[in-house]
Amino acid sequence: MRRLLPYPMLSLALFGMWVLLTGFSPGHVVVGALVGVFGGLVMRRLSPEQPRIRFGWAMVKLTALVVADIVRSNIAVGRIILFGRSDRRSGFIQLPITLHSPYALAALVIILTATPGTLWLQHDARSNTILIHVLDLVDEDQWIELIKTRYETLLKEIFE
Amino acid sequence: MSTLVLALTITLAQVILGLAMACAAFRVLRGPRAQDRVLGVDALYLAGMLLLLTYGIQTGRTLFFEAALVIALLGFAGTVALAKFLMRGEVIE
Amino acid sequence: MIQAPDLPLWAAIVVGVFVLLGASITLIGALGLLRLNSFYDRVHAPTLGPTLGTACILVASITCFSVLQSRPVVHEILIAIFVTVTTPVTLMLLARAALYRDRRAGVADVPKD
Repeated sequence: MRRLLPYPMLSLALFGMWVLLTGFSPGHVVVGALVGVFGGLVMRRLSPEQPRIRFGWAMVKLTALVVADIVRSNIAVGRIILFGRSDRRSGFIQLPITLHSPYALAALVIILTATPGTLWLQHDARSNTILIHVLDLVDEDQWIELIKTRYETLLKEIFE
Repeated sequence: MSTLVLALTITLAQVILGLAMACAAFRVLRGPRAQDRVLGVDALYLAGMLLLLTYGIQTGRTLFFEAALVIALLGFAGTVALAKFLMRGEVIE
Repeated sequence: MIQAPDLPLWAAIVVGVFVLLGASITLIGALGLLRLNSFYDRVHAPTLGPTLGTACILVASITCFSVLQSRPVVHEILIAIFVTVTTPVTLMLLARAALYRDRRAGVADVPKD
């Protein structure tokens, strides 16, 4: 089982994509399963680091939080664009971070960039800082505190 | 009655998406710098993809869905290649 | 070409509202491309379209096709996943390229390496 499916999550995702794209019929389920197994085997040749993902309450909480934040910051950025205030200040923030797993960092990139108003620029692995750009920068420390308490602890729980 | 209202609503949405594409196209033409133009291309293909999805809703055919998926894929690859080009001056290193 | 699928009233309302909402959000994002002043501000604007704009139109599309074919049609989720994962990659690469070019050109208000 381990040899046939070295990356079960990847195989499952490929299978799901195949079935969704082609429609549900017995023939395509078989082909989709073959594609999933084959994709997993190809990935083993590339041998990326095996992710450790803990499914649980933290994941549900993070998803709900991210969806709520996307809606909230969409409204905030839309308001800035339509009725721009003259005292708005944007700027860069250097943010110390304690995440090390590349998967956790990738998830944080997606969360930060998908919420309008914050943009990820780069991650420095030596000094463990990330550089982000914020559209409406009121208080730098408040942003750092927000990202640390909101996302970092949950991501640590899931990935590390 | 409801069909007519829905038809007008979808057409209005298509006009709005067309305006969004015009804004993005203006940014592509105007610049001022190369990164602004690439950003415009990114917004342009996304609005185009959404426009195709509304055509799919309008005609009730799933064919447009596949076209939208292809646009999303090619637009992603194109923008990444352009960003890479801006960074180093070469796409393939 | 003005036409629409023959939907029951509740589905027509859902489809109409969500299509209009998604299109408007995308337009606001595109307007941001015109109105904001510096490049780093403008990068934030197109994130409105791919996140909430796409989500609204996909909800409308899922509702429409599920009602028309009277079975759950969810393959639109693929576009949602794909757009969510790829938009950050393109915007991050683009912003980094801009940062790199600004550093090379010696622009004052960007952070040093």
